[in-house]
Amino acid sequence: MNAAGFPVLSLITWLPLLGGLIIMSIRGDEATVASNARWAALWTSLIVFVVSLVLWVRFDTHDAGFQFVESAQWLPQLGINYKLGVDGISVLFVLLSTLLTPICILASWDAITTRVREYMLAFLILETMMVGMFAALDFVVFYMFFEGVLIPMYLIIGVWGGPRRVYAAIKFFLFTLAGSVLMLLALLAMWYAAGTTDIPALMHFVFTPKMQTWLFLALLASFAVKVPMWPVHTWLPDAHVEAPTAGSVILAGVLLKMGAYGFLRFSVPMLPLASEHFAPLMYTLAVVAVIYTSLVALAQTDMKKLIAYSSVAHMGVVVIGIFTVNAQGISGALFQMLSHGVVSGALFLCVGVVYDRIHSREIARYGGLADKMPAYALLFMLFTMASIGLPGTAGFVGEFLVLVGAFQVNFWLAALGSLGMILGAGYMLYLYRRIIFGRITRADLKSILDLSPREMAVFAPLVILTLWMGIYPSSFSGFWDATVAAMVDHHQAALAAPQPIATVMQ
Amino acid sequence: MNWTLALPEVVLACCGMAILVLGVLMKRDSFQLCSMITVGAFLLAAMLVVAGAPGIGFHGQFTSDSFSGFVKLLVLVASAFGVIASFDYNAHANLRRFEFPVLILFATVGMMLMASASNLMTLYVGLELQSLSIYVLAAFARDELRSSEAGLKYFVLGSLASGLLLYGISLVYGFSGSMQFDRLAAALSDPATASPGLIVGIVFVVAGLAFKVSAVPFHMWTPDVYEGAPTPVTLLMGTAPKVAAMALLVRAMATPFGHLLVHWQQLIVLVSIASMILGSLAAIGQTNIKRLMAYSSIGHMGYVLIGLAAGTPVGIRGVLIYLVTYVFMNAGTFACILAMRRKGVALEKISDLSGLGKTDPVLAMWLAVFMFSMAGIPPFSGFWGKYFIFTAAVQSGLWALAVIGVLTSVIGAFYYIRIIKVMYFDAAAESFDARPASLSVLAGVSGLFTTLFFVFPAPIVGAAEAAAKVLFG
Repeated sequence: MNAAGFPVLSLITWLPLLGGLIIMSIRGDEATVASNARWAALWTSLIVFVVSLVLWVRFDTHDAGFQFVESAQWLPQLGINYKLGVDGISVLFVLLSTLLTPICILASWDAITTRVREYMLAFLILETMMVGMFAALDFVVFYMFFEGVLIPMYLIIGVWGGPRRVYAAIKFFLFTLAGSVLMLLALLAMWYAAGTTDIPALMHFVFTPKMQTWLFLALLASFAVKVPMWPVHTWLPDAHVEAPTAGSVILAGVLLKMGAYGFLRFSVPMLPLASEHFAPLMYTLAVVAVIYTSLVALAQTDMKKLIAYSSVAHMGVVVIGIFTVNAQGISGALFQMLSHGVVSGALFLCVGVVYDRIHSREIARYGGLADKMPAYALLFMLFTMASIGLPGTAGFVGEFLVLVGAFQVNFWLAALGSLGMILGAGYMLYLYRRIIFGRITRADLKSILDLSPREMAVFAPLVILTLWMGIYPSSFSGFWDATVAAMVDHHQAALAAPQPIATVMQ
Repeated sequence: MNWTLALPEVVLACCGMAILVLGVLMKRDSFQLCSMITVGAFLLAAMLVVAGAPGIGFHGQFTSDSFSGFVKLLVLVASAFGVIASFDYNAHANLRRFEFPVLILFATVGMMLMASASNLMTLYVGLELQSLSIYVLAAFARDELRSSEAGLKYFVLGSLASGLLLYGISLVYGFSGSMQFDRLAAALSDPATASPGLIVGIVFVVAGLAFKVSAVPFHMWTPDVYEGAPTPVTLLMGTAPKVAAMALLVRAMATPFGHLLVHWQQLIVLVSIASMILGSLAAIGQTNIKRLMAYSSIGHMGYVLIGLAAGTPVGIRGVLIYLVTYVFMNAGTFACILAMRRKGVALEKISDLSGLGKTDPVLAMWLAVFMFSMAGIPPFSGFWGKYFIFTAAVQSGLWALAVIGVLTSVIGAFYYIRIIKVMYFDAAAESFDARPASLSVLAGVSGLFTTLFFVFPAPIVGAAEAAAKVLFG
């Protein structure tokens, strides 16, 4: 059936829901329910993570195609199958999702005190949706999970969020939905033209140039909102600021990757001509995002907002990498996605640590934490450096590869893209200085406690990953090298094929 | 004359008269018993529908095929939901009269006739039987001003619509020489030679039926009647008659006027676009949840009409699947609305739901499921309804409809998720009274259907496909 010998992807996808059912069946008074829900959620997500390690161990890095494929008849009338599988592009994102979920649950251990059961339930449902989306090999299955993410995330922001949570939750929901429905039309059009919604089959179907243009725009509407790309990024700062810490971690760590993943899974391989044609547009939007949001980040007074804007800038780099469509660019984009998932997640957790103690995200509210929280200062330093892209940390490899890829396309693209790194150093170091250095002026900061063992446990895997990815990147990039090479070849072949390119231009 | 084809209707009508006699003869309170027997009669009729053989009877006036079977089953389920929903409500509202289930039953007979009508006269008779019963039901709370107003308004406007329909039928008859669907289809096989008078007749027929499905611009009655009618009647009106009238519209358009697609397609497209836009925009400002559901139903009918506008088997399949999902979400939503009761007083304001996620997590969860489903968020059934509808639109090249449809669904999502916002994000208000078992069952069954539709959709999709194919023989 597949390399693992059992339907491992289905297991990872649906196991969290099973845990959710267990949580729903917990009875007792409120404190018992809360405590049991926490443990049940943690164990479920840890088991899921352990099961998902099968992918890491048994994945064949020399195979560019889909592995662990499983398929079952679902809607025979439309030829839609329930089909899951991973290739080099998606396998690590499945793992990222299964890793971040237990971390999130652990990070919310004390921070969430109201409606704990529902909270844990929402996170487990979210995990099902995320894993299912990265593992889906049928467009309809993909869409179901892609949209389904909205439901738990809307509730997480809205129920456990900050003061403007209602506004942020509704904005998040409507922005994303507006993009997604256009993708639905693209999905239907692809099904109509190709007669299938099977993703591997669609990758080899050649759409007419005119159709590619329209499909690309429809998919762009959806993925650009998710990435998010300038100018449809405005939901992100709101959502991040209002979401509870763990919600921000998932949002930055996994949800933002969904858009970029969509470009890599659909736009580039299925619509090569349109990808080529619209690449300048994508570069422009991405460069604007990189520079503009970096400048905006400099001016922020709210920690989470600053990191949210930095996310937009980092994802801009990812978009540049994807649309260079060369091995370095795509490889760099994937690496950047992965490292951003870890690093920005960790940064939001860093914010969460002090927020749990002081209940403020105002940068001006802090200062001089190095004295009282040396361990925290060290961790924050590591992740700040990784966000800036210091060599030896996760952030460096991705940005470097993307810029190498961009240089092959255009000098100015690389030059403007690298501006983001410089500005990134500016706003991150400025943030670090204001929070960690200086003198403690406020009374409540004088008695602030350093990291607890639980918090250490939360950060430990992220620290290891950040350094591992920075020092020995090939143990990660090895997963996708074959897939990316095949994808670039496929793209070149599609462009070289005799096509009436002129009609695209019209 | 093969009268056994109409056995479900005949049996159901006989049951109705028997229940009527029983209700009159019984001295003590007979509401509960009559309601139970009515549900049993629906069950019996459903079994007869399933067992029934296809064929044409009563000199071509009555058709029994997989399309009518599909619609009848759905109508019976919806009517049974209506009766079950009334158990608790009618006891509170002092409406425990045995005529209530009997009227629902006769309305259902009318709807089943509508599903099987293959003659313009049968169509009209079925429609009137259904309408007259529901006029009375809408005004059933006769001591309440709003209910009487609703009944009267529905009656006056409904009669006007019936008049339009009848006028249209007479024009069609006059210009084509027949009322029989198959003969009409044969006579009208060439769209180029269709006379203007006939087209005018078709327009009148469409207008009359559009009133029954409350499509724009014939929707004016909907919010007032929805709001004023007793809530179980609103539940019924929102589901069963809509299904029957839509089925009627589909059969009338696809069979006798099927070849004239070019003439009526634009009309349906316009009605559909207007319904979707109005349904999504006008609902935003509502504070009464029953009115909100009225506008929501207008919007939903707009989506269903997309499938009809496509005019293909794929489109009709979409219509049927959408109607199935719609019946369950709508019935479930109204079950939740019926459960909104504090100290015995029924509540209708959206703000009354505030904090329901805390005070009654189960009810809030089901209502949230229905709202997400109505907004078309996967994996809930509402998404699949839209999916199959838009499939048809794309296949028929109706891009404008598809794009407007998805955009209005985003606007519509706003007011659906606003209800979820009120339930989950707002501070908790006083909790509702304990829910009666009938409503829990109703909400639970609909909720499970809505949630789990995606797991095993193939049988329903297959049945809808078979039903749709029949019309295009």
